[in-house]
Amino acid sequence: MNAVDCAGVTKSFGPVRAVRGADLSIEKGSLTAVLGPSGCGKTTLLRIVAGFERLDAGSVAVFGSVVAGPGAHLPPERRQVSIVPQGQALFPHLTVAGNVGYGVRRGPERDRAVAAMLELSGLARLGDRMPHELSGGQQQRVALARALAPSPALVLLDEPFGSLDAALRAGLRADVAAVLRASGTTALLVTHDQEEALSMAESVAVMRDGVIVQHAPPHEVYRRPADLWVAGFVGSANVLPGRMAGPDRVDCALGRCAVAEGGPGPLVDVVVRPEQVQLVAAGGSPGGAEGVVEDRQYFGHDALVRVGLEGGATVLARLSGAAPLPPGARVSVACPEPVLVFAPANAGA
Amino acid sequence: MAVAGAVAALALLPVAYLVVRASEGGWSLVAGTLFEERTGRLLVRSLGLAAAVTAVCAVIGVALAWLTVRCDLPGRRAWRVVAALPLAMPSYVAGFAYVSTFPDLAGFWGAFLVLTILSYPYVFIPVAAALERQDPALEEAARSLGDGPVRAFQRVTLRQVRPAAATGSLLVCLYVLSDFGAVSLLRFDSFTRVIYQAYRSSFDRRPAAVLGCLLLVFTLGILVAEARTRGRARYFAPGGGGVPRRPELLRLGRARWLALALPAAVVGLALALPLATTLRWLAESVQAQFDAARVWGAAGRSVAASSMGAVLAAAAAVPVALLAARHRSRAAGVIERSAYVGHALPGVVVALSIVFFSVRFLNPLYQRLPMLVFAYLVLFLPLAVSSVYGSAVQAPPALDEVARSLGRRPLSAFRTVTAPLIAPGVAAGAALVFLTCLKELPATLLLGPTGYETLATRIWSSTSTGAYGDAALPALILVLVAAVPTWALTTRLSRRP
Repeated sequence: MNAVDCAGVTKSFGPVRAVRGADLSIEKGSLTAVLGPSGCGKTTLLRIVAGFERLDAGSVAVFGSVVAGPGAHLPPERRQVSIVPQGQALFPHLTVAGNVGYGVRRGPERDRAVAAMLELSGLARLGDRMPHELSGGQQQRVALARALAPSPALVLLDEPFGSLDAALRAGLRADVAAVLRASGTTALLVTHDQEEALSMAESVAVMRDGVIVQHAPPHEVYRRPADLWVAGFVGSANVLPGRMAGPDRVDCALGRCAVAEGGPGPLVDVVVRPEQVQLVAAGGSPGGAEGVVEDRQYFGHDALVRVGLEGGATVLARLSGAAPLPPGARVSVACPEPVLVFAPANAGA
Repeated sequence: MAVAGAVAALALLPVAYLVVRASEGGWSLVAGTLFEERTGRLLVRSLGLAAAVTAVCAVIGVALAWLTVRCDLPGRRAWRVVAALPLAMPSYVAGFAYVSTFPDLAGFWGAFLVLTILSYPYVFIPVAAALERQDPALEEAARSLGDGPVRAFQRVTLRQVRPAAATGSLLVCLYVLSDFGAVSLLRFDSFTRVIYQAYRSSFDRRPAAVLGCLLLVFTLGILVAEARTRGRARYFAPGGGGVPRRPELLRLGRARWLALALPAAVVGLALALPLATTLRWLAESVQAQFDAARVWGAAGRSVAASSMGAVLAAAAAVPVALLAARHRSRAAGVIERSAYVGHALPGVVVALSIVFFSVRFLNPLYQRLPMLVFAYLVLFLPLAVSSVYGSAVQAPPALDEVARSLGRRPLSAFRTVTAPLIAPGVAAGAALVFLTCLKELPATLLLGPTGYETLATRIWSSTSTGAYGDAALPALILVLVAAVPTWALTTRLSRRP
């Protein structure tokens, strides 16, 4: 049985159609990310699952029982779905322990549940602190602990790291994913940050304009995006116009490349990830195109190099290890790996 | 939502009925009252008094704020608290003190003096707070761009406190137009006094209603005009977060002893002189016979009626403030304005409208306690709302939603999350309304049950008949009782970030 089944969920705010028939199923015990740009309806979908918004059409079931559907709306307090909202929303008048214990029934169990939860979240000695006395990362842990303490059927995380600075985020992501796995709770994470979705989740649902356009494991979303838009959204991509030269060959500005999957027509858009692009100093040609290094950004672990090709196109290449080529250097460019092809975005032009 | 709407409608109903009542005499009566020569003079007198008091209050308020916040005035922290206290002094107590000591002051100059020394805190308090909040980096930037200290103060600091000063001046102006106690004891014929006399002295009460509407038009008109002319410049604290640094205090040198004269004179006139006068009359009246039981009865009734008003207004403010806090974009401006509308509705006019309303529709309740408490609610609900609103924005709906998702029913979520968070605002609102009800005079005079004597009406009736000795003890008790919530509110205000 799935932990969550959303079918045809639709919700409008006045003239704005926020969610337009979204389908999403979440496996029990998994961490699923809904990834989409701001305004795509992902937060609305989450609020419908939580019970804060009523849907216009479609249905939501949690562990097989319908919580929202035509003529049915279970209030949020009876859904066993807890939430880590944007900006955490800790109760400012309660201590850390008070926050974590808020959703647990009064009784001897409560103290034990709170202590266990604090221990699990690495907050063991902070129970008596007030929320404003904590750092941003600690507040984040408290918000998660509070959501997990009542042992909910499902935890929703709404852009949980949005208010934290980049340095904190990376470490906290791993911690949060670990705590969720340790508790065995099914979780649904909403984010606009593709790195966050790909690194934390076991499955990623990409949302655009109110519908789920692809739902697959992270590597598949990255390696086999459903369309050109998803390819550009889940990572950086060079998009080059191409012409099919046989069932599994395509000609583009990088020369002739292998195609991972059959093309949709004679004219295609070719998607090449920057890390798939190979550069060598001119002369030692791998049989691709010639170009000049225009610009580079050095990051330490790798570097991003922009190359102007002789045909007029530019491509980005991600190079690891060796010292990057200086601007002005002549290079040969090729893509030895199979590339993705899609129907052209501007087919009419 | 529905509750909030009902509260607002209930509060507006009597005022709307006042307009109906005023128009009952037909156009000829309205025109006759409006275009009477007396009405024209009344307008000039009232607006002249308001303008004069506002101008002087603006100067005193800004100067005092600057001296106590930015200069090394001896005892500046103590002055900051003491200089706010005249707010607790009811205008009729000060009026009683001055008219009983200097009978020649009666008239314009008496009213001008008393209203000025009592209402400058409306300017002083917000300007002092604005100066305190101001980041010295602004002034430093001006200095680094070539301004001398005086010029930087003029071009930057003073500009930054201008909105606070303007807001305070607006309140002063509205306060003067709606004050009843000081002008009637000092026998200055301004709007409120004339309305009251028109109501009391004749059987035809329609002229009073017409004049009441006219005053209402003026106070609300001033409010609208002020909103229109407000500049578009924004006054943000510069980013970067954290507590701004404290600016260095300006060294006044030997001039600081001279500078002390201003706060000393103002506080002396506003607090020391009225209190000394009251004590002197008290000493004299103790030698004569006076009716202690009657005074204690009045004190009890004052506290009882004010408590009821405070509890009711604070409770009614909760749904309104919560609704406003949760629809901030649209409501924030309305709420801010409504706090001023509260000041702009003169007590005499609201009381009159409720008299008309209850005589016509709720006759059994006319001159009964519930009607008086209702008048307090209409008059002071906006005060309570703006106070509760401040803490309602600290309780965003997200907290409520989290509580619901953790298994709490709506009422339980309200009890355990929203209620504790808004409690300080509700308490402050109740204290503020209690204080204001305690000082309130005209509504109590017009709507109090027959024989329902409070401290305010006792002081007023004794002073109007020249029995100054009888006014002394009630005045002293009133000032002492009012000092308690004032103290609590000013210390809370000065602690606010």
